[in-house]
Amino acid sequence: MNDADKKRLLREMIFYRRFEDRTFEAYMERKIGGFLHLYTGQEAVATGVLEMARTGQGADNDYVITGYRDHVHAIKTGAAPREVMAELYGKETGSSKGRGGSMHIFDASQNFMGGYALVGQPFPLAAGLAMGCKHKGTDQIAICFLGDGANNQGTFHETMNMAKVWNLPVLFVCENNQYAIGTHINRSTAVLDQYKRVCAYDMEASQHDGMDIDIVMEASKKAIDFVRSGKGPYFIEFMTYRYRGHSMSDAKGYRTKEEEAEWQKRDPIKIYTERLIEAGIIKAADIKTMEKEIDDEIENDIIKFAEESPEPKVEDLTKYVLDDNPDPRWVGPLHK
Amino acid sequence: MAEIAYWEAIRRAHDEEMANDKLVIAMGEDIGVAGGTYKATFGLYDKYGPERIIDTPISENSYTGIGIGASMAGMRPIIEIMSINFALLALDTLINAAAKIHYMSGGQISCPIVMRTPGGTAHQLAAQHSARLARMFMSTSGLRVVTPRGPLDAYGMLKSAVRSNDPVIIIEHEQMYNLKEDIPDEEFFRPLEGAEVVREGSDITLIGYNYSVHLCLQAAKRLEADGISAEVLDLRALKPLDRESIRKSVEKTHRVLVAEEDEAPVGVGAEIMAVITEDCFYALDAQPVRIHAADVPVPYNAKLEKAAIPSADDVYHGALKVMGKI
Ligand SMILES: Cc1ncc(C[n+]2csc(CCOP(=O)(O)OP(=O)(O)O)c2C)c(N)n1
Ligand SMILES: [Mg+2]
Repeated sequence: MNDADKKRLLREMIFYRRFEDRTFEAYMERKIGGFLHLYTGQEAVATGVLEMARTGQGADNDYVITGYRDHVHAIKTGAAPREVMAELYGKETGSSKGRGGSMHIFDASQNFMGGYALVGQPFPLAAGLAMGCKHKGTDQIAICFLGDGANNQGTFHETMNMAKVWNLPVLFVCENNQYAIGTHINRSTAVLDQYKRVCAYDMEASQHDGMDIDIVMEASKKAIDFVRSGKGPYFIEFMTYRYRGHSMSDAKGYRTKEEEAEWQKRDPIKIYTERLIEAGIIKAADIKTMEKEIDDEIENDIIKFAEESPEPKVEDLTKYVLDDNPDPRWVGPLHK
Repeated sequence: MAEIAYWEAIRRAHDEEMANDKLVIAMGEDIGVAGGTYKATFGLYDKYGPERIIDTPISENSYTGIGIGASMAGMRPIIEIMSINFALLALDTLINAAAKIHYMSGGQISCPIVMRTPGGTAHQLAAQHSARLARMFMSTSGLRVVTPRGPLDAYGMLKSAVRSNDPVIIIEHEQMYNLKEDIPDEEFFRPLEGAEVVREGSDITLIGYNYSVHLCLQAAKRLEADGISAEVLDLRALKPLDRESIRKSVEKTHRVLVAEEDEAPVGVGAEIMAVITEDCFYALDAQPVRIHAADVPVPYNAKLEKAAIPSADDVYHGALKVMGKI
């Protein structure tokens, strides 16, 4: 990784944080409705893992799937930030044409296969995407990002078992922020180290610091190489922390200011900025310029696009309920 | 033309679609080495191997989810659920994912899965193996729901379902797998929409779907002996529903009975009655009648079971009531 890449990575993480901060403001202005779950604090995980995956190349991308906290994963996979923002605004130009919203960002052109609200639901979907890759003989893999809480769903165990028996090319990324909404992991989960839970399925697994992007990248590279080489599934756990509430309506009464401050000392952007400054790759003054550029881009391009885009037409209410374009390979009257 | 059984028709459709397209796979419990609970994939494991005829663990929610995920990556999985009762374990992935992904992605991603499952009562299988959940799938936007009444549709609808880009639920029936019918030797497809008049008549319309079509046909024969000409309409697809064919038939006969094997409250029959009320209220010459199962979990005891489940006799008497004969 050269200096330009390192600078770009730092810029990306700062961008994600400002992007999420700006969605928070838009939510307060009631431009965004529904549930909004922000990724603030966890940036190094998605950024680092997906930096090591195949992204931004359209149909050749690895498949990526996650839960409702999905904006950053979508963008890092290749979705256009303005389309993600337009989706949050419920606009026709949004990634899901305004039909999905914050929790359901999809970008099929980049193999970003969606954000899902049902905790644990993406596990089998990811394994299925991996089955598709394996069956078609491509060297793509499927990457599934989920929280620590999701591991208590039945789908976790069912899917780990099948992924292993069928040797599927899937990487499960557990973003362990220690909370499922307001419940601390030690109140809900018998085994605190999540990576240990898949030993029951004899699956390759490891645990790492999720606040340091260099560590995330190094560990992810190994895991991704393992999966891509056909050795089977891998479960990787990153210890991380979400700074904001679970969603917008969360007073965080379940944790202490001290705990928050402790984690923020190891802020992923701070760690990486200091490292790049120390290595002489970037100067403190450059950061200010970078932030200014990012804010301008968010305001003048992304927000503007979302604000000015049209809403879906009411006449199109039932469009997309069923597929309007039957399979082209079909000959003859399929439906009628 | 050859006379083949319902299960053979399904097996033939699997075989042809799998031969036609490598992306077609089948998944389910005991479908491979064991040959399938109802033989729907009999012999195909040897022909296509374990990567395409996939024996799954007893993990309905997640293997259905894996099928859905695979379909999002371009595969065409045919998912067998051994009994519709077990489909309840797969409802999260089916209803919350498969039925909604196309819509909530703004049309970007399709989930072309087929879920096949027998959904009816057999003989004394008791409460947990006798569910008829047609109404639940029928009320889920984003699914197609079809109910083949015989080998012709069982074969032709499965083939169309594999090629449809929508998630299609095919509801079969334990008591129909050995039912025989002549079907052409050449490949053919049957549409996934549209009701069909399976018996012409002029005095009353008997509406059925899946197994209840056969109850209607038996009742129609008896009615004929009484000098009543009954038309039998097979809905074929519960979703989307062919309202037009219902209206046409009712406008012709002016009298109607709906027969379903499901329980009545909020059932398929309730929806059909609503359609009749909305679309052809003024065409009616008599109060319509619904024939349906009793509102109880299906009992094990044979006598009680018989009392709970509608029979051809019930349809016959219901029709006489509509005709004002009793
Ligand atoms: C099946 C299901 N049950 C409950 C919920 C409500 N819920 C939403 S998020 C969440 C906590 C999930 O925690 P975790 O998996 O750790 O992810 P995080 O929010 O920490 O990223 C819960 C219980 C849900 N969305 N789906
Ligand atoms: Mg969590």
